[in-house]
Amino acid sequence: MASGIKDKVAILGMGCTKFGERWDVQAEDLMVEAYNECMEDAGIEKKDIDASWFGSCFDEVNVGKSAISLPMTLKLPYIGATRVENFCASGTESFRGATYAVASGAADIALAMGAEKLKDTGYGGLPDFGTAMGTFNRLIMPNATAPGSFALMATGYCAKYNVSPEDLKTALAKISAKSHANGAKNPKAHLRKNVTVDQILSAPIIAWPLGLFDCCGVSDGAACAIVTTPEIAKKLKPNEEPILVKALQIAITSGEEMWYDNWDGAHVETTTRAAAKAYAEAGVKTPREEISMMEVHDCFSITELATYEDLQISPRGKAIDDINDGFYNLDGKLPCQPDGGLKCFGHPIGASGLRMLYEMYNQLNGRSGDRQIKDPKLGLTHNLGGFPAMSVCSVAIIGK
Amino acid sequence: MVGITSYGGYIPRYRLNRGTVFGAMGWFNPVTIAVAQGEKSVANYDEDSITMAVAAGLDALNGIGREKIDGVYFASTTLPYKERSCAGIAASALDLRDDIRFADFAEAVKSGTTASIAALDAVKAKEANNIMVLASDYRMGRMGSMVEQFYGDGSGCLVMGDKDVIAEFKGSYSVSYDFVDHFRSDDAPFDRTWEERWIRDMGYAKIIPEALQGLLEKTKVKAEDVAKVVYPCYFGRDHAKLGTKLGFKPEAIHGNMHAETGDTGAAHPLVMMVSALADAKPGDKIIMASFGSGSDALLFEVTDNIKKLKGIEGVKGSLAHKADLAPYEKYAVFRNLIPMELGIRGEDEAFTAFSTLWRNRRAVMGLVGTKCKDCDTPQYPPQRVCVNPDCGSIDQMEEYRFSDKEGTIFSYTGDMLSFSFDPPQVYGIIRFKGGGRLWTDFTDCKLEDVKVGQKVKLSFRRKYYDDKRGIHGYFWKAVPITES
Repeated sequence: MASGIKDKVAILGMGCTKFGERWDVQAEDLMVEAYNECMEDAGIEKKDIDASWFGSCFDEVNVGKSAISLPMTLKLPYIGATRVENFCASGTESFRGATYAVASGAADIALAMGAEKLKDTGYGGLPDFGTAMGTFNRLIMPNATAPGSFALMATGYCAKYNVSPEDLKTALAKISAKSHANGAKNPKAHLRKNVTVDQILSAPIIAWPLGLFDCCGVSDGAACAIVTTPEIAKKLKPNEEPILVKALQIAITSGEEMWYDNWDGAHVETTTRAAAKAYAEAGVKTPREEISMMEVHDCFSITELATYEDLQISPRGKAIDDINDGFYNLDGKLPCQPDGGLKCFGHPIGASGLRMLYEMYNQLNGRSGDRQIKDPKLGLTHNLGGFPAMSVCSVAIIGK
Repeated sequence: MVGITSYGGYIPRYRLNRGTVFGAMGWFNPVTIAVAQGEKSVANYDEDSITMAVAAGLDALNGIGREKIDGVYFASTTLPYKERSCAGIAASALDLRDDIRFADFAEAVKSGTTASIAALDAVKAKEANNIMVLASDYRMGRMGSMVEQFYGDGSGCLVMGDKDVIAEFKGSYSVSYDFVDHFRSDDAPFDRTWEERWIRDMGYAKIIPEALQGLLEKTKVKAEDVAKVVYPCYFGRDHAKLGTKLGFKPEAIHGNMHAETGDTGAAHPLVMMVSALADAKPGDKIIMASFGSGSDALLFEVTDNIKKLKGIEGVKGSLAHKADLAPYEKYAVFRNLIPMELGIRGEDEAFTAFSTLWRNRRAVMGLVGTKCKDCDTPQYPPQRVCVNPDCGSIDQMEEYRFSDKEGTIFSYTGDMLSFSFDPPQVYGIIRFKGGGRLWTDFTDCKLEDVKVGQKVKLSFRRKYYDDKRGIHGYFWKAVPITES
């Protein structure tokens, strides 16, 4: 068995833009904004960066294909730059590239950038899939959108656990209300408004049973990380305890959920698998007790609910009990989405994985102001891309 | 013996009450009240003459093995493609053999009977054992016109063959005239019609009787011995008179179906014939005649084999599955009679890679997947590596058709974000009896009627229309079955 990534890589600095409808700026401007904050935090110079990774998803409305836009924007001096794209895990994939470069010894210091400019389509929601899944799938895939594909899991959850759509929607509304409460406190969040459970329940339906507030913001934004070895981190920041990567796992569907006949439609198999591997890598035995806080991929409220169970925090079929108990609230036992999550911080796809790590990193460093979680040890981030039945998942754990 | 070996019919689920049409457009053309009785059948937004023909063809395949079909003749005046065989598209959807002949019969509303005669000729000449005749029309009438009230959508299918014949072909008689009661030029979306009284008196009242009389004389059959005669004529009061004048018994004259469907054009003689066959008894003589650029009349005599033909839905079956289409504006938008704001998302249409379609034609058009020979797992789309995690065999697959398998709904949603002409776009994952799953659009349903565990059947539909490039894309959708 591989020894894993645990404690081999440290995060030296991070940066993140304000997410939102950034009508006035280009994706390149967003990269500069995230990069400036990150470099200041890391305390290094451009020449110290050995290699870079760039995560972005929808190249149709963003900066196009390849990593060229990253070094051309930041004027990185002819170092390696690689664009990674893996749906909503793109940001975490860029972090994985940089982390692996450092862990392998190929680079001392590496940069991971994620940027997405989504608000250039002319309509709400994500860009249509078109031929994004290839020319064959274009011929056979349904006329689906992201909220619709995740709504299928809400229907599936109700069927599997015999929960009425009304009860499920109420639980989902509590998830969104919690994220709105957290996002309202976050100056960088896209949506900064408290909303009540009643407001959420009476909002228009987007994809039955999911309503407007069950869906995350579609945003512009960028986030950035600089990683290095723990040794270099200690040398550069002798007075700080470095934030270390404890686990970094990706799991992609093998096709079983969509094509074989055993998936229950009420959970995400890739999250289940990636989480199990991440806990093994980090040495986490009882996640519900050991994980201090998390940023999960709440593209839709139902995704967050299923993720509670897939991450082994809530027992299968019992997430609603934890939601009702306030277990995941900022003042709960295991705060989830302390920065507002995708729901309210927003979801510029390529940046989201790094944005989650940015929040966990700041919390671990005690820099989160009135959202600060008391004395966190381990922070978990989770991205889910594609569709519940055909997904890409990343799980990362960082801590001191 | 040569004759009909199987049959099928399809009337789309939506019916438009003619009072609704009159309510919307009667202010402009008050005289349409005279024919504003009953309802007309209207294709859903994802149906056209090809999809309706496929539905009738699938119905007929309940009575005959698809491997026995040696050809497809497709008759329609509303073929979606002018160049690209629409019979070929239907044959692909029906997953027929590759070594067959197919042809489109177009441009006259009597083309359904003409195709029937051509099919019988081929079988008589022993060039084919079974030819499937599909007749289908998606009829367009201008808003406020009389024909908007007269026309309906639907399809019929007759398989002509030489074995297990249910209705023996006894002969035909044709007259052909360039009688221009209506016409439509190459690039026009709508028919132009001449004065109705002239069409009635010089068209229907002369041409159909001439063909029927000619047939009776040629086959030496007396009109009163005919059990059923079907022919079109959308003038309700005059329809029956055409037949009674020739000596047909009033009860032998099949109604013109104005109240149920309206005139379904090239399909109409076959639609009425399929309706008549559902009630036919051995020994019955049945005549099917058409109208439009002349008339064809065909005589059949029902055999004992009709009792063995089971499982066919027919026209009567699909007439029973209906839902009201309202308001009028929805109908008008479905048929592109008035422009609607599609939004940027609605305007986007990804290109169609025809080379991809060709490689995957059986998967896309015929819904054919694979089944692993090692573990018996059906899987769609076709796989080379078995998806069963306990198997994983490579290249141990055989082809496996899903279009004729029963499915149940595993999960579903009604999506208001994706563009649809009939929001919300309902779709979901279905499980097939025997194994396999498909994530696909649902159609002919209302979200509030859809349930997990509900049975569905698969229906070949237009998935998209790329108006920039003129491409009609087709795939299979699930139709939830509502127990009535």
